[in-house]
Amino acid sequence: MSELNERPVKVQVRQLTKKFGDLLVLDNVSFDIRKGEFLCVVGPTGCGKTTFLNLLTRLIEPTSGQLLIDGEPADARRHDLAFVFQESSAFPWLTVEQNIGFGLGIKHVPAAEAKKRVDRILELMGLEAYRKAYPGQLSVSSEQRMVIGRAFAMEPDLLLMDEPYGQMDIKMRFYLEDEVIRLWQQLGTTVVFITHNIEEAVYLAERVLILTNKPASIKEEVAIDLPRPRQVSDPRFIELRRHITEQIKWW
Amino acid sequence: MAQKQTSMPSGGWKELKYSLVLPLLTIAAFLGVWELASRLGLVSASLLPAPSQLARTFAEKLSQTEPDGATLGQSILSSLQTSFSGFLLAVVVGVPLGLFMGFFEPVDRFVKPVFEMIRPIPPIAFIPLTIVMLGIGFKAKMFIVCFAAFVPCVMNSYTGIKLTNPVLINVAKTCGASRWQIFSQVCVPSSLQMVFGGVRLALSTSWVTLVAAEMLASSSGLGYMIQMGRMLARPDLIILGMLLIGVIGFLISLALGALERRMAAWRAMR
Repeated sequence: MSELNERPVKVQVRQLTKKFGDLLVLDNVSFDIRKGEFLCVVGPTGCGKTTFLNLLTRLIEPTSGQLLIDGEPADARRHDLAFVFQESSAFPWLTVEQNIGFGLGIKHVPAAEAKKRVDRILELMGLEAYRKAYPGQLSVSSEQRMVIGRAFAMEPDLLLMDEPYGQMDIKMRFYLEDEVIRLWQQLGTTVVFITHNIEEAVYLAERVLILTNKPASIKEEVAIDLPRPRQVSDPRFIELRRHITEQIKWW
Repeated sequence: MAQKQTSMPSGGWKELKYSLVLPLLTIAAFLGVWELASRLGLVSASLLPAPSQLARTFAEKLSQTEPDGATLGQSILSSLQTSFSGFLLAVVVGVPLGLFMGFFEPVDRFVKPVFEMIRPIPPIAFIPLTIVMLGIGFKAKMFIVCFAAFVPCVMNSYTGIKLTNPVLINVAKTCGASRWQIFSQVCVPSSLQMVFGGVRLALSTSWVTLVAAEMLASSSGLGYMIQMGRMLARPDLIILGMLLIGVIGFLISLALGALERRMAAWRAMR
């Protein structure tokens, strides 16, 4: 990966504001995401992280402000967006390979190209043996891996992940964090990863965005320039983690 | 990754015992007590004929048209024909209607008031009106059956769509899916289970309603045979008709269950 600041800007968030009636949830948020960046967003519980994500994927409309991808207003039809939800979101009636190819079908990607991408993801994730299996036959963690694979298969302009490992135990979490890094490095996808786990954010991100309490705005941006693979016991790792924790302080 | 264990009772004999031997034993015991009660004179044979008598009537009726004007085969065929045509018509119209109502708000608003008003009317209440309008015969019976089967088809398809997991709809939305893609690729497959429940219910309802329709507005079929049995004081005909209705209804539901398992293979997994 080249230096973060040298890469072109992929996504521009401009004065994004969201009100539900009189309740101001997101207040004038502006920032850039660079092409191929891995950005983590952390913030106090209930600060509007989910609203923030739903705005980025255009599931809800902002009250004011803009979201531009490659300089154009973001649109799910035109751009390739992918979202990994916190809850299980596998299609139970589709096999693993059909699940991974779902978004490609929606986008009318030619069959040969779609097959190539699905095969690549299956290979990268070691899910080839389960190609014809249904999600119900997989363990919960394999199911979530498949969902993550589905998102990467879109080769999205922007991939959003909302605490995808919230329900996993720590061992599975470490394993999946490494896997998501591997996919990201191989495919060069632009990722926004929301989490409340600061260690996870420092472990994954190139840059961490800290949100304030509601109404959420950006409190600080922290660049994480640690080499990979990162060590959670590295003194600099610990220092960064402590710094971000100080900034959030939700307890 | 470890697969989840599916627990099925294994071992040939145990499975056979539960799926075949025990049920057959119940039936044998039931018939045995019945036969005994009849032989010992506990009930008068002219009111409740013994199973052996029924078997004789059954054998006779296979070839004889007396006294109701049709052999057993003809009666069964006539009943099945009516019930299936009414049922199929109900499915073809009812399931898509329910699916559209569930997904497209305007369709829902447009159709619901009339549907909700007609829904609580028992199908049998339509019989007098049907006789006046369509006479007695195939069309009249089919209409009544169709109406009875229509309601569960619509209701279940509608509910199936409404129960679609919103997360899955959001997945499709973020992929840029159109309304139609969301409907056809997410909501419809996800409602399949409910639709099948409705179809199953519709089939058993249509079979039950058919017999009522045949008793009142018909000149053929098993229901008609029962009705004739009553008029001619032939309890053996009545009971034979009842048993056949039960057996055929049971077979239909078995067949549908098998079909459902094949079509929704993914469901049996978890």
